[in-house]
Amino acid sequence: MTDRPVAPDARFFWAGAAEDRLLVQRCASCSTLRHPPAPMCGRCGSLEWNTLDASGRGRIYTWIRSLHPNRPDEEPRIVVLVELEEGVRIVSNLVDVPHDGPFDDLPVTVEFRDDRGARTPFFRLVDDGAQP
Amino acid sequence: MTGTIVAGIGATEFSKDSGRSEMQLAAEASRAAIVDAGLAPGDVDGMVTFTMDGNDEQELMRNVGIGPVTWWSRAPGGGTGACASVQQAVAAVASGLANAVLVYRAFNERSGYRFGQPHANAGPPPLDWYRNFGVDTPAKMYALWFRRYMHAFGATNEDFGRYAVSARRYAATNPNAWFYERPITLDDHQASRWIVEPVLRLYDCCQESDGGVALVVTRADRAADVEAPVAIRAVADARHADASITANYYYDDLATYPEAARCAQLLFARSGLTTADIDVAQIYENFSPLVFLVLEAFGFCGPGEAVPFVAEGNLDLDGALPTNTHGGLLGEAYIHGINSIQEGVRQVRGTAVNQVPDVEHALVSSLNSGLVLGRL
Repeated sequence: MTDRPVAPDARFFWAGAAEDRLLVQRCASCSTLRHPPAPMCGRCGSLEWNTLDASGRGRIYTWIRSLHPNRPDEEPRIVVLVELEEGVRIVSNLVDVPHDGPFDDLPVTVEFRDDRGARTPFFRLVDDGAQP
Repeated sequence: MTGTIVAGIGATEFSKDSGRSEMQLAAEASRAAIVDAGLAPGDVDGMVTFTMDGNDEQELMRNVGIGPVTWWSRAPGGGTGACASVQQAVAAVASGLANAVLVYRAFNERSGYRFGQPHANAGPPPLDWYRNFGVDTPAKMYALWFRRYMHAFGATNEDFGRYAVSARRYAATNPNAWFYERPITLDDHQASRWIVEPVLRLYDCCQESDGGVALVVTRADRAADVEAPVAIRAVADARHADASITANYYYDDLATYPEAARCAQLLFARSGLTTADIDVAQIYENFSPLVFLVLEAFGFCGPGEAVPFVAEGNLDLDGALPTNTHGGLLGEAYIHGINSIQEGVRQVRGTAVNQVPDVEHALVSSLNSGLVLGRL
């Protein structure tokens, strides 16, 4: 999927992303969803798990404008903490941002793009970011 | 009561370029704390620092002549290690596993490396959950949390600026503070550049500092031999599974700070005190919004009420809760919060430069951990 280092417990996530699938880890015993991925269910202790294909729909729970992310010469990005409709939260960036914000609570949908050699889930505002 | 006291405190100067090794800073601060406690280095038999500290215990023992040491430990996390280190020292002394424990933290975190900046990477970052998306500095990690507080309660960056002005006012009269004699106005704050829009401006951010701070914890029954003993009334450290050190993104409600609330609950239960008993507070603030979340977590005001609480001047010397009277980590220095414990000790002793009258109880909060100091 990519040569970039990835934690063993997160391999399934990035393998899914390579196929444009947003996978959420689900306990095979008690069905509790968890993200970020982890080897054991913190609720029931099971080591067995499978994955749920998330819809990719959610809302922006919180956000910031990140100046020069990673490198001083990079363009600013909007970092979002998305609460997926399945109930877990995930950090990502907005793409094709149509206005300067604020972005709190706005609905978003996932959009996979290549980022430095890895297929990566980003999010796009629904309806061009109209305030609800 | 824990049956323990802070017997001594010691520190180097706080600067941006100490000109000497981290080990030397640790040795200077440690020796000063031991002398202040009225002890000899050979009386110290326990050592605690943060997991993040770079100063090896054995090497510090050799420099200061400490020991023999029969108990040591380290506290995990970043700034939460400040009061958490003291908790480990208290546990060692109260259990009888040690008689006198040195707590220390020293670094060249401005001249040696830049604590607040992203680590340089040669290629694209690994596929992680944060750095990948540009969340690569403490300011960004925390700001993403704080933004939810702003949204929930309509708090603005200008609201946070009122805390920064307060911290810098205290620092301006503290000769040990980096920002001694350099107060700011709210206009200065609002004119300072964005670090993480729309949450943090430059003057909302703590410093990067060089320096060292140490303190000595021992048994309360040794207080007669100590010149200025300060009782440790309670200490607590609370961590929750749905958070992580620098990414508290998974609580039910990010406009709150559950670990600090649990810490507060433990501190008040263990000390038998309430918010009304606290005469002065030192609250860890890597960034100014944290003060607002902690004030609410401790119950000094209700959810969302920290904004008016701060605006009404309650953190001033004549306010309801004088806070960060040394200038805080914004104004004095960022020695990972342990310099705020030192200020709490001084307030109880009555030797602070911005002294609150008749302090019976001083609260020190460092993220998930905290302690209450008091007169014997």
